[in-house]
Formats: sequence, C-alpha cells, structure tokens
Amino acid sequence: MAAKRGYVRPLDLKRGRVDMNHGAGGRAAMQLIDEVFVRAFDNEFLRQGNDGASLPVPPELLQGGRLVMACDGHVVSPLFFAGGDLGCLAVHGTVNDVAMLGARPLWLAASFILEEGFALADLKRLVDSMAAAAREAGVAVVTGDTKVVEQGKGDGCFIATTGVGVVARGVDVGGANARPGDVLLLSGPIGEHGVAVLSTRESLEFETEVRSDTAALHGLVATMLAAAPAGAVHVLRDPTRGGLGTTLNEIARQSGVGMLIEEATIPVQPQVEAACELLGLDVLYIANEGKLVAAVAPEAGAAVLAAMRAHPCGAQAAQIGRVVADEHRFVQMDTRFGGRRIVDWLSGEPLPRIC
Amino acid sequence: MKYVDEFRDGTLARGLAARIAAEVQPGHRYQFMEFCGGHTHAISRYGIAELLPPAVRMIHGPGCPVCVLPIGRIDQAIGVALDRGAIVCTYGDTMRVPASRSLSLTQAKAQGGDIRMVYSAADALKVARAQPGREVVFFAIGFETTTPPTALVIRQAAQERLANFSVLCCHVLTPSAITYILESPEVRRYGAVPIDGFVGPAHVSIVIGSRPYEHFAAVYRKPVVIAGFEPLDVMQAVLMLVRQVNEGRAEAENQFLRAVTREGNLAAQRVVQQVFEVRECFEWRGLGEVPFSALKIRSEYAGFDAERRFGLVYAPVPDHKQCECGAILRGVKRPTDCKLFGNVCTPENPVGSCMVSSEGACAAHYAYGRFRDAREGREAA
Amino acid sequence: MRKAISIALTPDVALGDYVIVHVGHAIGTLDAEEAAATLALFAELAASGAAAGGGVA
Repeated sequence: MAAKRGYVRPLDLKRGRVDMNHGAGGRAAMQLIDEVFVRAFDNEFLRQGNDGASLPVPPELLQGGRLVMACDGHVVSPLFFAGGDLGCLAVHGTVNDVAMLGARPLWLAASFILEEGFALADLKRLVDSMAAAAREAGVAVVTGDTKVVEQGKGDGCFIATTGVGVVARGVDVGGANARPGDVLLLSGPIGEHGVAVLSTRESLEFETEVRSDTAALHGLVATMLAAAPAGAVHVLRDPTRGGLGTTLNEIARQSGVGMLIEEATIPVQPQVEAACELLGLDVLYIANEGKLVAAVAPEAGAAVLAAMRAHPCGAQAAQIGRVVADEHRFVQMDTRFGGRRIVDWLSGEPLPRIC
Repeated sequence: MKYVDEFRDGTLARGLAARIAAEVQPGHRYQFMEFCGGHTHAISRYGIAELLPPAVRMIHGPGCPVCVLPIGRIDQAIGVALDRGAIVCTYGDTMRVPASRSLSLTQAKAQGGDIRMVYSAADALKVARAQPGREVVFFAIGFETTTPPTALVIRQAAQERLANFSVLCCHVLTPSAITYILESPEVRRYGAVPIDGFVGPAHVSIVIGSRPYEHFAAVYRKPVVIAGFEPLDVMQAVLMLVRQVNEGRAEAENQFLRAVTREGNLAAQRVVQQVFEVRECFEWRGLGEVPFSALKIRSEYAGFDAERRFGLVYAPVPDHKQCECGAILRGVKRPTDCKLFGNVCTPENPVGSCMVSSEGACAAHYAYGRFRDAREGREAA
Repeated sequence: MRKAISIALTPDVALGDYVIVHVGHAIGTLDAEEAAATLALFAELAASGAAAGGGVA
C-alpha cells in the first residue's frame, strides 16, 4: 500500500522536546511554527506565511496621530508562577509599554529563543497563554521568529516582544512632562508580581496566596485619557523592575522635578506586607506587572482618579502624593510613622537584609 | 500584623516625640550611639531623626557586620571561589562589598566564581549535601544573632560526617565593639567620649541577655538602654536615655522586655560555646585590630574550619586614604564629613564599608537622609 | 503566609507562641504580657507628651 502523500506526523506536543532541527529553518522548523505558533495566534497576517507582516494604516494616523513602538525582553524564572506565566507576561508587558505613551496597541512581534530540550508541552502552554492574553487585549501577534540554542545556553525559553500602537493627535504623554503641582495617582496595590515570583524561588521557599498582578492596562489608560481634558495626563508609567520607588525616581529625573508621597496612602495587600517583612525587602522596590502610576494636572486629578476606580484594573486606585519643584530631584516620603525619608534609586538587586 | 503594627503607630510616635521634647533640658545636647544594624535601618526608614528634638543626635555605631568586615576576609572568600573552585555561600549584603582588585563577590561571580546567596546557614548545608563532589564554604559573618545558626550547621555537618563542607568564620562580638569605642583614640586625646549613652542592640540582646551591658554602665559610667527594633521601641529607649542623663544615672536598662531577659537565650549560648572560641585578635574594618572581639572554630570541629582546610592566610588590606569609615564607625565623624561621600563613594560604587550595606551609616544617610543636607544647606545660605 | 523556620534555638517553644525570627531561625519567644505592658506604657507616655503640648521642633 502506498504511503499517503503529504502526510506529516504531527508534533508530539505532550512528550516531545525542542531539538536543534526546530531552529534550522527547514521542515521541522516550519512544522513547529505551524503547529504551535500559527495555530495559537491565528490571524490573517500569520496565515500569509511571510517573514514579515504588511500592515494597514490605522485611522488615528491619517488624522494626524503618531506611531508608537516598544520592545521588551522576557527572561523571568520560573516560567510559570501563581497568576501568570512568561507568555502572558510578555504580551502584557509590551502592550503596557505602548499604552504608557497614551497609545492604542495594535500589533505584536514575538521572537522566541528556545533551549534545546525544552518541553513542547511547556512551549504550547506558554504560547496558548500568550495567544489568550493577546486576544483579550485586542492585539494580534502578526509576525515572529524562532531560534534554538544548545542545551545550557538558555533558560528554557526567552521571549522578546515588540509592540506597535498609535497615539491620537494631541495626546502627549511622556516621562519628561511632570510639572510641580501635578498629583500622583497609583492604580492599585504594589508588590504582588515580585512576591509571587520570589515565593517560587527555592532558596526563599514560602507559601503565600499572593498572585502576580500581570494585566494589560491599555483599557485603563484609554478611560483615564477620556476622563481628562486634553493634555491633563502628563505622565504614565508602569512600575515593573525596580518597583514604584525606581519608577518615581526615573520620572523625577526625566522631568527635573521632585516628589512628595505619603506612605499611608500607598495600597499594599497584607500578605505582600507580611512577605516583605519576613524577607527584609522594601515593597517600594518590588516589581509590578499590572499597575501604573500617573502624574496628572491637579485640576483633573479627581476626575481621573474616579475614572480609574470605575475600571476593573484600577478599583483600588489612590492618590499617593504630588510633584514638587526640587533641583535635587528627590522623591521624599512622609512615613506612616510620622517621619520623613527619601525614596532613593534601587542599588543593585533587592537582596533580603540579614541584620 | 500583630506585635508589629502597634509598635509603628504614628499617633503614639508624635506623643512620644512630644514627651522627649518636654524632658530635654534647655541648652543641653544629647548624643546617643546605636550599634545595631536593625536600629540604623529603623531610624532611617521611619525618619525618626525628624521626630526627635534637634538637641538629640543619633550616631550610627559599628553595628553593621557587613560594614566591619575587612577587605582581607572578602579576598579570602573570593580566593576560595576563584582559585580553589569551591562553592561559596553567603548572605545577601556581603556580595556587594568591594574588595581587592576592585572585585566584590558579585563581580567574582560574573568572572566565573560559583558564589551563591543564601537566606540561612542551613541553605549552605543543603548545597553541600546536593553537591558531594564539590567543596562548599559558608562565609559566615554577623554578630551574636547569626552566630548560633552557624554553630548549629557546623554541629549538624559533624553529625552527618559531611566531607565537603566548611565555614569561613568571621563572627564578631558586640561587647568588644562597645569597649573599643569607649577606649578609642579620641578618648585618649580629649579625655572624653563624645557619646552620652548607648542604645543596645535588639536581636543580639535576645541572645546574650542584658547582663553583659551592666559592666559598661558601671565601669565607663555610660547609660545603656536595650531597645526593640520597632520605631516606637527606639523612641522610648531615647526617652529612657534622656532621663538617665538628666538624672545623672548610668545604668543598663532594658526597654525590650517582651523579648530580652537578663540571661538571654541559654540554648543559643550553649551551642555557640560548644563550637566556637574567642580569637585573640581580629581586624575590624575601620577600627583596626580589636582584641578578643571575634570567634574562631574550636579544634574539635577543625574539619569544618575553612581557614584550616584551605590553609588560608589573612592579609590585611588598607582602606582608601581618604575614606573616613573608621571615624564614622566610632561616631566622631558624620558621613557628610567624608570628602568621598556622595561623589566618588556611592551605593553603586562604594569605596568604604559604611556605604555597602543599607545599615551602614553612609548608605543609610545616602538612601534616606540626603534631603536633610540639602535643606540644611539652603537654610545656612 | 507560611514559611518553615528552625526552632532549634528555642526548644521550649509551644504552638501558638509568637517568636522573633532571624535568618531562618527562631531566636527568642515574645512575652505577650510584657508586650502589652510596653504598649500601655507607650500610650501613657504619648498621652502625657501630647498633654505637655510639645510639638516636634
């Protein structure tokens, strides 16, 4: 009996592993792309099967808007953690970078560096998660690339994403726009992502119910921009690595201003506080993946805050302080205790204290 | 959080601050030294200096074990990793201290050294069990609080007859540090220590008890108040010290009654006695050679002593000529008195030990208190 | 949240006791009565301080 023409044995997604052939650009590579990536991301651009995507001009651009592009590498370990995984983290991270410029995110490109031996089941899980996150966020993964490195030269899977979005005419949001008098608004409790990931690190083993807060924030951003008069939202930034403390310092430096925040107004979950207390970590420097901080013109502060609280991603939004004039660009904080300290840049990695 | 939040209450803080302000005698200055990393951190993090009246000044003493760890000892740890291929395990802050050849443990790791951060001494033991073919060295630093856990792992390693585990012991003793400060050159030169009293360490006192401090109060006529590590504890201790000074008393008092007893933790003291003995001499960074101030491993446990196992020799390395860490650790200079502070010497690029750990006087001031310098500068102008 | 710690240095500790933890070990137990006494003392001192009308300079 003649073998059926054109039959290709499907990938063993349950027990198979990535091998060097999958990165070689030949049939095996094509199969991986078709059966894992294209199948999950499934859109008109990918279906064309080209190495790049040919994209239409978004309407805002025709009306005098601008293009926005952002790029992120994702190397978190472990790949799967309470509340998320590397896949959805990659989507949220880049969608958020684009959104922080006041833009509507449209398309993503994703590059995968896979380590030889990486389980296909894990890859499928990550890619499916990415696809779900992208669909939920209303963006399409329109092009991508896959490479395989030898065993030992990669941590299982690294993902790099580039995002493209469009910002409407008249919207100018950027780190250098903070002005003395602006109110500082934070969209919700801090420290969740960092604590969730830390709790899985072997050496720090602890049980906690804290889940990563990874989320796409462009919907929240759109609501905020709509609630304020044009130009009232000056700065938007998501406090990822380095936490809120680092992000506030970045903005202060870029804008040439100082800040005064009140510790008592910063929302933190009791479980996150307990974890930081036990490990000797300062929650101000712990990563967040589903929060943003905004500097807004004072007259628009109340309206923007109300809009944030009405949105699922901003239910616990709070005003945490103000931008002030300060040649030293210090971020100062009035502590719950009643004293004052500065919240400095993070030095090196946040290491648990011993004394 | 129970037993934590109540001790950080802002309303009580204001009341206590008012109480201290009311009892400070007009025209008098009070200078108190604390030498517990936890206290340095609490004072900075909660902004306690802002709450105390200007007449009361807090001086950060040598209570940060990372800060008093000499360069030569870090060189030993790096050497054992890079030159002898051992896995070196240590607590977090130690990794950042810059040693010879501009290398810190973090940088030695980037150069290929197998150096791992651990949260407890027991983790180092786990590594040794998991890697029987490799030498594992636990770089043990700290005052009397971290010493008992190290003693426990050495005892455990002996029981399990582990053949690949050893400890590079740099544990130091608190009473010796206090004595050294009280007998410092400034005393000989000026006949007086510019310190009116001491805030005794929190965790250390849980282990050693309040008894060892009675000696200082009696012999050197300086009040000592052992304080808990929450900010309200520190403030109450300051009040108790102010009262002692006003009343001309010099006693060892215990504010941390909920955790510190006169005798301390006898179980912990026993295990330390079993495994360690006092070294005749040990160099402290910034203070020089201090007699009977540190511990070494007893000969019964020689097999777990990294110094003996690897034939390590201690070579002292001098600090940068303009580094004022020594004077700062002894409480006679402030971070801002050092020419290197904030320009050459910063947390990213620490030159001296006081800048390395967040509990070092310079690091604490840089991270939490620089705004005060700016403000004072403006007011003086 | 939960974390496993060693009680080798506090052998007499009982379930429900509060302990002070350092580098993964319990180094001492908290005396609940003394804690309450300390808090009461804070409150007393704070009240008398506020009454003395002292503001922080």
